[in-house]
Amino acid sequence: MLWTFHGGLHLDDHKALSANKAQIPMLLPDVLILPLQQHIGLPATPFIQVGDNVLKGQMIAHCGSRFTPHPRSAPIHAPTSGTVLAIEDHPVLHPSGLSAPCVVIQTDGQEQWRERQPIDDFLHAERAVLHRAVMKAGIVGLGGAGFPSHLKLEPNSIDTLIINGAECEPYITCDDHLMQHNSDEVVQGACIFARIIGGVKRCIIAIEDNKPQALAAIQQSVAQLQCKTPIVVIAIPTLYPTGGERQLIKVLTGKEVPLGKIPAHLNIIMHNVATSAAVYRAVAKDEPMIARLVTVTGKAVKNAGNVSVLLGTPIDSLLRHCGCDRQNAPVMIGGPMMGMQATTAMPVIKTTNCILAYDSTEMPAQQQARACIRCGRCADVCPVQLLPQQLYWYTKTKDFNQLEQHNLNACIECGCCAYVCPSHIPLVQYYRHAKSGVRQRAVDKKNAEIAKRRNEFKLFRLEREKAERQARHEAKKARTLNKTEKPEDNSDKQALIQAAIARAKAKKAAQQAQQNQDNTAL
Amino acid sequence: MITAITSMAGLALIFGLILSYAAFRFKVEGNPVVEKLDELLPQSQCGKCGYPGCRPYAEAIINANALINLCSPGGENTVHSIADLLNRDFVPLDQSTVVDNRKTWAVIDEQKCIGCTLCIQACPVDAIVGSAKQMHTVITAECTGCEKCLPPCPVACITMVKETPSLALWHWPLPCGAISQKAA
Repeated sequence: MLWTFHGGLHLDDHKALSANKAQIPMLLPDVLILPLQQHIGLPATPFIQVGDNVLKGQMIAHCGSRFTPHPRSAPIHAPTSGTVLAIEDHPVLHPSGLSAPCVVIQTDGQEQWRERQPIDDFLHAERAVLHRAVMKAGIVGLGGAGFPSHLKLEPNSIDTLIINGAECEPYITCDDHLMQHNSDEVVQGACIFARIIGGVKRCIIAIEDNKPQALAAIQQSVAQLQCKTPIVVIAIPTLYPTGGERQLIKVLTGKEVPLGKIPAHLNIIMHNVATSAAVYRAVAKDEPMIARLVTVTGKAVKNAGNVSVLLGTPIDSLLRHCGCDRQNAPVMIGGPMMGMQATTAMPVIKTTNCILAYDSTEMPAQQQARACIRCGRCADVCPVQLLPQQLYWYTKTKDFNQLEQHNLNACIECGCCAYVCPSHIPLVQYYRHAKSGVRQRAVDKKNAEIAKRRNEFKLFRLEREKAERQARHEAKKARTLNKTEKPEDNSDKQALIQAAIARAKAKKAAQQAQQNQDNTAL
Repeated sequence: MITAITSMAGLALIFGLILSYAAFRFKVEGNPVVEKLDELLPQSQCGKCGYPGCRPYAEAIINANALINLCSPGGENTVHSIADLLNRDFVPLDQSTVVDNRKTWAVIDEQKCIGCTLCIQACPVDAIVGSAKQMHTVITAECTGCEKCLPPCPVACITMVKETPSLALWHWPLPCGAISQKAA
C-alpha cells in the first residue's frame, strides 16, 4: 500500500533527451581540479605536495590525522594517476561562484592503480571492516546532498532501509541508467548497507513508475542475488518531488518525519541508488569515490546521454566531449527545479548528477516578477504544507521571528511554489536568502550574548577591583590610626591610675573613719 | 441603601488592599523594555551610535527618545527588530553611522607594541591580553570590532582587519528582479 504527500507537481520530464542511450565513453582530461570540500562537514586537508606523483585511487586529502580520519568529513582520492600540479584556490560548484582550495592533478594517461585490497566475502565480513571501507572510500550521498555516507551507517535501531531510485527531477537520468546497466551493484550495495547497519528487517528499493526498464532490471537482480534481508522493489507514482527523503518516506510508509528530526527517529534510513552502487564498488573492488555517472543533457548538447566522469573533470571539457561547444555560457548543474547556475570552468564533484546546457527555448530568461496576487497556488503545491505566501511577505519585511514560527527551515527548496507562481516571483531564492538571514541572526545573537557577558564581567571586575582597592586603603588607614591611637591607651592607663588613686583615697578615708571611730570609743 | 454603600466600600477596600499588596509584592525593578531592547543590540559596546554602550543606547531610546536607526553594527535587521518591539515604523539606517557590515577585528602589531596597557583598559569585552611592559595581543574570537582600542594606542600599532569573503560566510542575496515594497 502506498500513501501520498501534500501538493507536488506533474512536470514535463524531458528525460527522453538522455535516457536509454548507450553510455558515452569516459573522458580522461589533461587536468583534474579536485575541491577539498565536496561534502557536508569539515573540509579535507591535503597531505601530498606539489610535484608528488599520485596513483589512481590514492587518498590525497582527508580531515584529521593521517591514520585516523575525522568521522565528520570524507577523504578525497586521486581519480587517476598523474602529478600534483598545484594546491590553490579555484572556482568551485557553489552558487556564490567563489573560489575554494583545490588540488590540481596533471594526468599521465597511464591509469595506474594503487594496490587494491577488495573484500571478497563481503556478505560475511565484520561490520566494522565494512564500515571502515566505506569511510575510507570517501563516499557521500550521491543524490545531491553530499552527506558522508558512513555517518548514516552507524549501528542503531534502524529496521527499514530505503534505497531511493525515484529520480523525480526533470532531465536527470543518471540513476535510471545506473539501475538499468548496473542493477547488480545497486542490489549488492543494499545488502552491504543491511550488513553494516545490522537489524534491518526489510529493505525497499523505490523507483518511479516512469522507469519501467530500471524497475525490471532491479527486480531481476533481486531475484537472482541472495541477500539475507528481504528486499522489495516498489514502483511509486511519478510526481515531483517524490525523490525528497521525507516525501518518499511518506509515500512508502505513511509516516511523517517530525520537523527537526532525521528519518532515524522513525527507525528508517535512506540511501540513493548511486550511493549504494558506490558502496558495493568500494567494498568488493576497493574502488574509492573517484568517478560517477553524470547526465549531460539539454538541447544545446548534440550527443546527450550519461557518461562516467572522473571527479575534478572541468565542465567545459566534458561538454566538448559530448558535442557541445559553449564557452563561458552558463549551464545548470542539477535539474531545472533545484539546480544552480554555474560557469563551465568549474569541475565536476561528488554530488554533480546532471549538467544541463539549455538553449533559450528550454529555459526562458527569468521574467520580471510582478506583485503577489495572493492566489494561494503556491500553498496548494507545497509538499511540506508550508505557507509560501506568508514566508514571502515575512522575508520582505525581514520578520525573522515569524519566519521561524512559520517553519521556514522545513522548506526543502523544491521550487514547486515558484514554478506555479503566476507572478513569476522567484520564491525559492527569497527563502534561501531568509534561511541565511535566520542562521546569521542566530550566530549574531550568540556572539552578542558572549560580548554582553564579557562586558558585564569587565564592569563587575572594575567594580570589584575598586572595592578591593578601597578595602586595602581602609585597612592601611586603620593600621596607621592604630599607631596614633596610643595616647588613648595612655588615657586608659590614666583612668586606671585615677581608679587606683580613688581606691587608695577610699581606703585612706575608710581607715580614717575607723580611726575616728576608735578615737570616739576611747 | 446603607447596606449597598457599605458593601461596595468594603469590596473597594478589599480590592484596594489586594492591589496595593500586589504592587508591593510584584514590583518591577527598572524598565523591562530596556532589558528587551538591550538584548536586540549586538553588544559590541562600540559607541558608534553616540552613546557609551549598548545598554545606554537602549535606555536613551526608551527614556530620551533617541532614534532607533543609529546602530550600524547591527544593521537593518536590528532596526527591524527594534521597530517590531516598540511598534514603531521602520527607519532606514542612519547613513552617517553606517560602516561596512562585515565582521572586523583588531590586530596588534606585536613588534611595535610597547606594553602600555592603555588598549586593555579601553577594551569593553576584555579581549586583549597582556600586562605592563609586556607584549599585548587580541583574542580574535572575542573581539567585537568596536575600534575603542584604536585612539588610546600611543604608537598606533593596532589595525582593524575585515573578514575575507568565503564559502562558509556567503549568503544568498535577495532576488535581483525583486520589486520594491511600495510597488508590492
